[in-house]
Amino acid sequence: MRYGDKVAVDGLDLRVERGTITAVLGPNGAGKTTTLETCEGYRKPQAGTVRVLGLDPVADHRALLPRIGVMLQGSGAWSGVRAMEMLRHIATLHANPLDVDMLAERVGLGDCGRTPYRRLSGGQQQRLGLAMAVVGRPEVVFVDEPTAGMDPLARRTTWELLTELRDDGVTVVLTTHYMDEAERLADQIHIIDHGRMIASGSPLELTRGGTATIRLVVTKPFPDGAPASLQAALGDGVEVTPINEVSLLVTGPADHTTLATVGRWCEEQGVLPESLNLGQRNLEDVFLELTGRELKP
Amino acid sequence: MSGTFTPMPGGAPLLRQVAAQASMEARLMLRNGEQLLLAVVIPVIVLIGGVQAAKHEGFDFGLPQKPIDALTPGVLALAVMSTAFTSLAIATGFERRYGVIKRLGASPLPRAGLLVGKIGALFLVELLQVVVISAVAFAMGWNPHGGVVTVLLGLETVLLGTAAFASLGLLVAGTLRAEATLAAANLIYLLLMAGGAVVLPASSYGAGEQVLTFLPSGALGEAMRGALIHGDCYGRDQLVLLAWAVLGTVITARTFKWE
Repeated sequence: MRYGDKVAVDGLDLRVERGTITAVLGPNGAGKTTTLETCEGYRKPQAGTVRVLGLDPVADHRALLPRIGVMLQGSGAWSGVRAMEMLRHIATLHANPLDVDMLAERVGLGDCGRTPYRRLSGGQQQRLGLAMAVVGRPEVVFVDEPTAGMDPLARRTTWELLTELRDDGVTVVLTTHYMDEAERLADQIHIIDHGRMIASGSPLELTRGGTATIRLVVTKPFPDGAPASLQAALGDGVEVTPINEVSLLVTGPADHTTLATVGRWCEEQGVLPESLNLGQRNLEDVFLELTGRELKP
Repeated sequence: MSGTFTPMPGGAPLLRQVAAQASMEARLMLRNGEQLLLAVVIPVIVLIGGVQAAKHEGFDFGLPQKPIDALTPGVLALAVMSTAFTSLAIATGFERRYGVIKRLGASPLPRAGLLVGKIGALFLVELLQVVVISAVAFAMGWNPHGGVVTVLLGLETVLLGTAAFASLGLLVAGTLRAEATLAAANLIYLLLMAGGAVVLPASSYGAGEQVLTFLPSGALGEAMRGALIHGDCYGRDQLVLLAWAVLGTVITARTFKWE
């Protein structure tokens, strides 16, 4: 069965299965919003095809719109409208909207329902935007950085809501530059950078089941060719990735042998470790290995 | 599977969507202090002030009628202009700025429905304006030309004036930034109120009379006076309004940017 969308991102196909949460992860300016807006029909792709629920988002706009829910960055409400009034208005435009009071409670809008939009905090505006995206009981929701500007509690509430949407059969596509969000929430993650997709997979696939890592930071810059010499010293089965002139990442078994080799190598190179962090390979490391840059919001 | 969020998508009947949009926009317009000032307070002040000035200073507004009879049609025309042009332009300018139009573009409400909803909101606000201004005018002894024809002509003139000014308001809002729209819409309103033959008949401006009746403000003012003072259809003025409406719509359709 063919379900869901197929999105071309700079020549690469991106496919979303129905009833899953897909995260499009990448730094600012990577093309996340552009990708979503192409699916929502705001932008016409110059080349390639986009299909959402089998429909062309531009040509079949009218047929598609009632079936998708959209949360924009900066959620798009009149400055003088009250929060609940806005949510009710969007609900009225749909045939079978959710109960707005229940929804407001769920996203945590309960105590600011009568507050004009311009007086809502950034986090409250985000919650309203999320409620507006799901109130029409859509089949697919596109949420653009849903938790930007939210406090930790609101982020957790949002994650719970998105997970429940998925469990009830809604397809969720979200963008984020928070690694933990993608790792906790998504069934599938697509990492994009400079408008092209650089990796896809489940969180477990991408982090290779949480392979061990060592992050080494030294007090003065490495001599030339340092990463290559460490790679040679460690041999196969361990991967050395330079981060910058004073730090690098070692991916592989963090056992006594590896640690001892790293220590000995530091001595040979005449550099002193400032910090040595042992951890598990996470999405941040994946991004670093793929691009040679750190993923910063 | 039937959870809380189980998909059940669909747009509401179009008529309900348009009605919701119209009522929403009308409420927002009336909630805004400046717009309420523009819509109701200024026209009422012009009406009362004009009649008082006539009484004490002996102005006759270039018309043989009682001051209240001479002024009320023009004040109604002013009210239409303030809502259809200035309020609409400012509201739409800020809707573009705040991404409201973009957000509604992702809702089941089609663009045409949004436009019809906006026009509906204008009529709701204008209805309120006509009721308030007429009530004040009747209380001051207004005695318009009677009859069904007068009422129908008045309504038709309001419709045509709304079409002409709304197309021009959207032209401004769709091309300028929100702040520039705010400034331009208010400035044009003030200039037309003072010198556009809307409140006062074109004949009272002396040599400018011919030019002024080609402005949408002059044409609307004259057509309203024709309808409410004489019960007459001023065909030339109605045609001028229609021409502005067509011209405004054509240019706006080509230049308007939704975002």
